[in-house]
Amino acid sequence: MKPVFMTYTKKDLINLAVCMVLSVLVIPTFITTEYWYTSILIPWLCLALATIGQQVVMGYTGQLALGAAGFMAAGAFAMFNLILRVPDLGFVGSLIVSGLIAAAFGILFGLPSLKVRGIYLMVATLASQFFIIWMIDKFGWFKNYDSSGIITAQDIVILGKPFTTPLAMYFVCLAVTTVLTLLAMNMARGSTGRNWMAVRDMDIAAESMGVSLLKTKVQAFAISAFYCGVAGALFAFCYLKSLEPVAFDIKLSFKILFMCILGGLGTINGAFIGAAFILLFPVLLNAIGNNVFHGAIDATIISSIEQVIFGGLMIIFMIYEPLGMAKLWENLKQKVSLKFQSSNVKNLKSSLSKKS
Amino acid sequence: MEYERKFKIGKPILEVNNISLSFGGVKAITDTSFNVLEHEVRAIIGPNGAGKSSMLNCINGIYKPQQGTVSFRGQQIPNITPNIMAQMGLSRTFQNLALFKRMSVLDNILVGRKLHTKTNFLEVALQLPKVKKEEKLNRDRSEEIISFLEIEDIKDTPVGKLPYGLQKKVELGRALATDSTIILLDEPMAGMNVEEKRDMCRFILKVNDELGTTMVLIEHDMGVVMDISDRVVVLDYGKVIGDGTPDEVRSNQKVIDAYLGVEH
Repeated sequence: MKPVFMTYTKKDLINLAVCMVLSVLVIPTFITTEYWYTSILIPWLCLALATIGQQVVMGYTGQLALGAAGFMAAGAFAMFNLILRVPDLGFVGSLIVSGLIAAAFGILFGLPSLKVRGIYLMVATLASQFFIIWMIDKFGWFKNYDSSGIITAQDIVILGKPFTTPLAMYFVCLAVTTVLTLLAMNMARGSTGRNWMAVRDMDIAAESMGVSLLKTKVQAFAISAFYCGVAGALFAFCYLKSLEPVAFDIKLSFKILFMCILGGLGTINGAFIGAAFILLFPVLLNAIGNNVFHGAIDATIISSIEQVIFGGLMIIFMIYEPLGMAKLWENLKQKVSLKFQSSNVKNLKSSLSKKS
Repeated sequence: MEYERKFKIGKPILEVNNISLSFGGVKAITDTSFNVLEHEVRAIIGPNGAGKSSMLNCINGIYKPQQGTVSFRGQQIPNITPNIMAQMGLSRTFQNLALFKRMSVLDNILVGRKLHTKTNFLEVALQLPKVKKEEKLNRDRSEEIISFLEIEDIKDTPVGKLPYGLQKKVELGRALATDSTIILLDEPMAGMNVEEKRDMCRFILKVNDELGTTMVLIEHDMGVVMDISDRVVVLDYGKVIGDGTPDEVRSNQKVIDAYLGVEH
């Protein structure tokens, strides 16, 4: 299909329009309970954004990195300090600068990728996770010498207007996520993404074509950390509404890794599908526990079952569909359109036979 | 009849001087020198394990020889890396295929346009007008190469799903997309049937003829080598045992003994 607008095909534009109508018009009119915004939609957008970051480095560039939550923490605390100490920057300015600060950490911790690869790189990138959390805990300056351990996040004020209701915060997250997703898609489809994938698929050939491994890998780590940093800032300011290093522990990094793999490595829409699945699945299990078994199953057992199912799914996807749920969705669409085509052919045949 | 060449064979463009390469105690190449002239088709032949692929890897910077130098257009190049050689205008294909398997044919060939892509990731993210212009130029060139290689019908297929012969073609296409002055081909016809080989020869000669690209190729099929190359260098146990036109090499006793076999 020929691109009709920038790098987008007609199909992409329709998809984009549907998504925008759904998220801007349909959701705010039909979902009125606060719970959905504060516990599902806002964290979904934030985590999907972080997962896009993970996709850039892992799905597109093929560098096994684990430590997204560390970069999220860097972004969140940078945001807190920027609003506190440089109020002139404003919310959007602070958000961008916190992303850049996280990107600086990304460059630093992405350097080992030049020498080590695979599972060893994963261990090396774990350092970022522990170092950043340790640094925030160790130096009181980052927390503004707050002794309680949990700091309340400042209110979001954009151009003098406060954004404090769940719906307003949802729109803030939506706007940031939409812009960054479009930028990520442009990069992934353009020459930048081709360089990433060339490094992923065959680094020696990429180098022989003039793709610099150093530049490409470090660039991917920086962009990935930028996305994680912005996501972390939104996560802290819109979802948690507080800042504590514990919220960004290794478990969150693993969660983002699961979202990335289940959603589909090397896809942008997979980040949203994966994040939705991991967030909604526990809700679904709880609903089943309450409504089908009427609370006969203990909540702790349900949360254990959740872990078991996630683990099982990871193995199943790795073996049968390494490209994740995005690929399943693609296959489903293809099957449906094939069915339509074949039924059209049948109709045509029957009408022809009637004529003769 | 001698046909008229559009690009006359010129001065040496690539010189390999006294290269020695060893892996631990195993000597792969010993004190080897030869040159490649501009616009010619140069073949490197030799029995298995003669050091042909190692030679290409030394020229391209994947292996670092312990001794010897490589000169490009008369200039000695210190610290050769694949990236530097690519920037100097030298591209290559690989013996065991090194394609980007999960990417489409078109995307693979577009990666070859890397050095003709000057926009950075921010400009790409924002899709500035100059990015679109550049992308269109690169796509047009890639489409040209795709139709030249007669692989239009598979251009959107992921390369990993293609049969071997077509993958070899895609790899040649990717090397062509760089618009390099020299292309190194590591066994471009290995594992192909007669028809595919004939096609590949045609492409190699056509590129050489129309664009004047210097071709250096490793090949096992003697018939092919003698037919298409201007000059042949013969390696055996990492040493040059013959160098010259196909006819000279064919009548060289050392080469006959080592490679073509002694006639009874």
